[in-house]
Amino acid sequence: MVEDATFRIAGLGKSFGPNEVLRGISLELRAGEVTVLMGANGAGKSTLVKIMSGIHRADSGSMSLGALPFAPATPAEAMRAGVVTVHQNIDDGVVGMLDVATNLILDRLNGAGRGTFFNPRRIRREAREVASRMGLAIDLSADVTELSLADRQMVAIARAMAHEPKVMILDEPTSSLSSSEAERLFALVERLRARGVAILYISHRMSDIRRVADRIISLRDGRIAGLFEDKPLDYEGAVNAMLGQNLGVSGIASQTATRPIFAASGLKLAEGAQPFSLELGAGEVVAVTGLVGVGKTRLAETLFGIHSPLTGEMHLDGQAYAPATPAEAIRRGVFLVAKDRAKTGIVPDFNIYENMSLPFLPRFSHFGVARRQAERAAARRQIADLKVVCRSERDDLATLSGGNQQKVTVARWLSQSSRMLILDEPFQGVDIAARHDIATKLRESAAERATLLFLTELDEALETADRILVMSEHTIVGEHLNRDVDMDRLLAEVAGGRAEYAA
Amino acid sequence: MNSDLAGKSVTEAPRSEDVGVRFSARNLAIRYGFLALLAGLIVFFSLATRGFASPQAAVFILQSVSITGILALGVTATLVVGGFDLSIGSIATSAMMAAAYVMVILEQNAFVAVVACLAIGALVGLINGLIICYMRVPDLLATLGMMFLLIGLQRIPTEGRSIAAGMTLPDGSTAEGTFSAAFLALGRHRFDFFIENLVPAAVVVLIVLAVLIWFFLEYTRFGRMMYAVGSNERAAEFAGAPVKAYKIWAYVISGVFASIGGILLAARLGRGDIASGNNLLLDAVAAALIGFAVLGAAKPNAFGTAIGALFVGVLLQGLTMMNVPYYTQDFVKGAVLVVALVFTFALLGRNGR
Repeated sequence: MVEDATFRIAGLGKSFGPNEVLRGISLELRAGEVTVLMGANGAGKSTLVKIMSGIHRADSGSMSLGALPFAPATPAEAMRAGVVTVHQNIDDGVVGMLDVATNLILDRLNGAGRGTFFNPRRIRREAREVASRMGLAIDLSADVTELSLADRQMVAIARAMAHEPKVMILDEPTSSLSSSEAERLFALVERLRARGVAILYISHRMSDIRRVADRIISLRDGRIAGLFEDKPLDYEGAVNAMLGQNLGVSGIASQTATRPIFAASGLKLAEGAQPFSLELGAGEVVAVTGLVGVGKTRLAETLFGIHSPLTGEMHLDGQAYAPATPAEAIRRGVFLVAKDRAKTGIVPDFNIYENMSLPFLPRFSHFGVARRQAERAAARRQIADLKVVCRSERDDLATLSGGNQQKVTVARWLSQSSRMLILDEPFQGVDIAARHDIATKLRESAAERATLLFLTELDEALETADRILVMSEHTIVGEHLNRDVDMDRLLAEVAGGRAEYAA
Repeated sequence: MNSDLAGKSVTEAPRSEDVGVRFSARNLAIRYGFLALLAGLIVFFSLATRGFASPQAAVFILQSVSITGILALGVTATLVVGGFDLSIGSIATSAMMAAAYVMVILEQNAFVAVVACLAIGALVGLINGLIICYMRVPDLLATLGMMFLLIGLQRIPTEGRSIAAGMTLPDGSTAEGTFSAAFLALGRHRFDFFIENLVPAAVVVLIVLAVLIWFFLEYTRFGRMMYAVGSNERAAEFAGAPVKAYKIWAYVISGVFASIGGILLAARLGRGDIASGNNLLLDAVAAALIGFAVLGAAKPNAFGTAIGALFVGVLLQGLTMMNVPYYTQDFVKGAVLVVALVFTFALLGRNGR
């Protein structure tokens, strides 16, 4: 079996400063097989890809391609050696201002020994060859900007194939494709597999993985947590390995809802997704868990008025609720601590109290003039409540650590009473102490409102929630009370076992 | 007062090295460097030339920067929301031409002229804002297009000629209207301030507008939200702010301020001169950008803009009184701007705000 291993990695290690990202990775990719790489955020997937594609260099360990050692210093060198990467961001793989034909052979225009002038007819001819080899049915004279995302993705892959690679890395290739578009991509992947390419396929989507995987490697904390290649593949085992085994024990006093606050019925978030219902009551903390890309953020932002649902009705305190803007949601008492605080939470030029009062300035204003003393007093209360480490409420946000910045963004929405508080990945990039402070405060203050958390990490959900909902493919597929969680069923649901749940 | 309040409720985290940094020479230089430079310049010119240190010279400097200062305060509003307005210069000259047209050719009074100008400024600002927010044209390109459009448009009613009382109209008749005395007073009246006839109306307008926009940006919730929009648009949206409305308002403010500058220009010149106002845009933008460096703000701010305009005025007046030739003026302005920008982005940027 060793002879047919096209690509071998042995003991690969990589650190960024004190942060050890890869701790000895060893794996093999074989010709004509699709190896799926799974891993949560921060498990080291992208670092591994970057080392394989020549963007980063490994600190230790070695790679080999066939019989030759493989240690690319630049992406171009990796490509010449036969390892080609199609990156997650589709537009990195194509040049929007040029037509499809030029894109397909773009790399050939760059090599040494090429003339200064190019012959459009020859470009067409070469591009046609590439396209027919890949079964690409796209108008070659079209501008790339006119193509759909899926077609752009196809062009990027076909362009990569023009190098006749031995190894192809596809980094979450379906993350921005619809399910029918993804189907075309899978056909292309099968074509590549049939041509004997070793494919490393990185994805979170269980439906993709079920569709294309020949074997699965789970990555956790920079180590291989599991290799699954016996048919039928053990998908739940792979998810379990990726999420870790230290699940189960939770020390929280489970609360049940006192009275209903929010109800949704027939809610449909994406084309082709199953509609679902959702009910939330006062006093309970509900966590929605599921892999990346299953629609958790979509649901959070739909409840907050950033998107509207395709179908379905929502009610808040017995009255119809269909917010068109975040402002309307806030007026109704629905607050969202959004994911990725740097992008959607923090105003970097503002200090702590200005960040905290941001959504509530009208309440802190008198004839349009902001009352800073009141803002600062409110901010000081929140700082003490959540144990934010800072000199004063006038500190710039940039001077705070990540955990404290997150405390400030959570404190912003805790500073006023709400009917429903939604937190999307509130523990991302937060150390354990800060996570504990935030979770404690959330549970303490939950009595009068509904609290909904969106968490990819299962142990975070088990640690903080009374009730756990599981999302998969833009719908809710399971529900568990924290006091008696059936871990096997929960993991199966996370891994997309909707059929088993329904049965 | 802050520290004792904070001491009760804030979890103290004494970080001695940070406290040390706050009072270091480098931070003092960042905070007060530009103001010290301005004071130094004033002292230097007062000693080096005769007559610089007089109320009249001070007022003259203020008058020389009044129109560009008003435009700069307007463009500051668009900078605050993360935009830019290149059309302010041509809005001002369009307003000037409109004022002349309304009084000289349409024979209306000063009030009608002023209202017409303000309406033009507000309308152009509104169109700019709508194009940027709803047509998603980048701000620089949208306002650049508007600049060209207005430069051309203001010449069409008079077939490319300047407007003055008694001019010959395209149909051969003579214009009957004149600039009204009340309108000209905006450019020429001087208020008594300790000394008789000291302060020109334009300077009073500048000071009033500067205080207004400063208060608006610093102390009202609308100003705070505009800063939030400029600093992190998504975060402002997620905090419930109507982001587009704030942006459009910023361009309306910019347009109205520019039209006020145009009114004062018309009142000073007493005619609608198609050749004037060429430098307004660049001078105003320079003042607003120099303002980034004042008090180490590293962001657009009304106080900084006013100081920036004043800085350029002091420098040019001083150099003129020292007989430095006029043609070096643009070079001096450019040099000050480059130094201020380097100061802002290299020094402050490394400091992490």
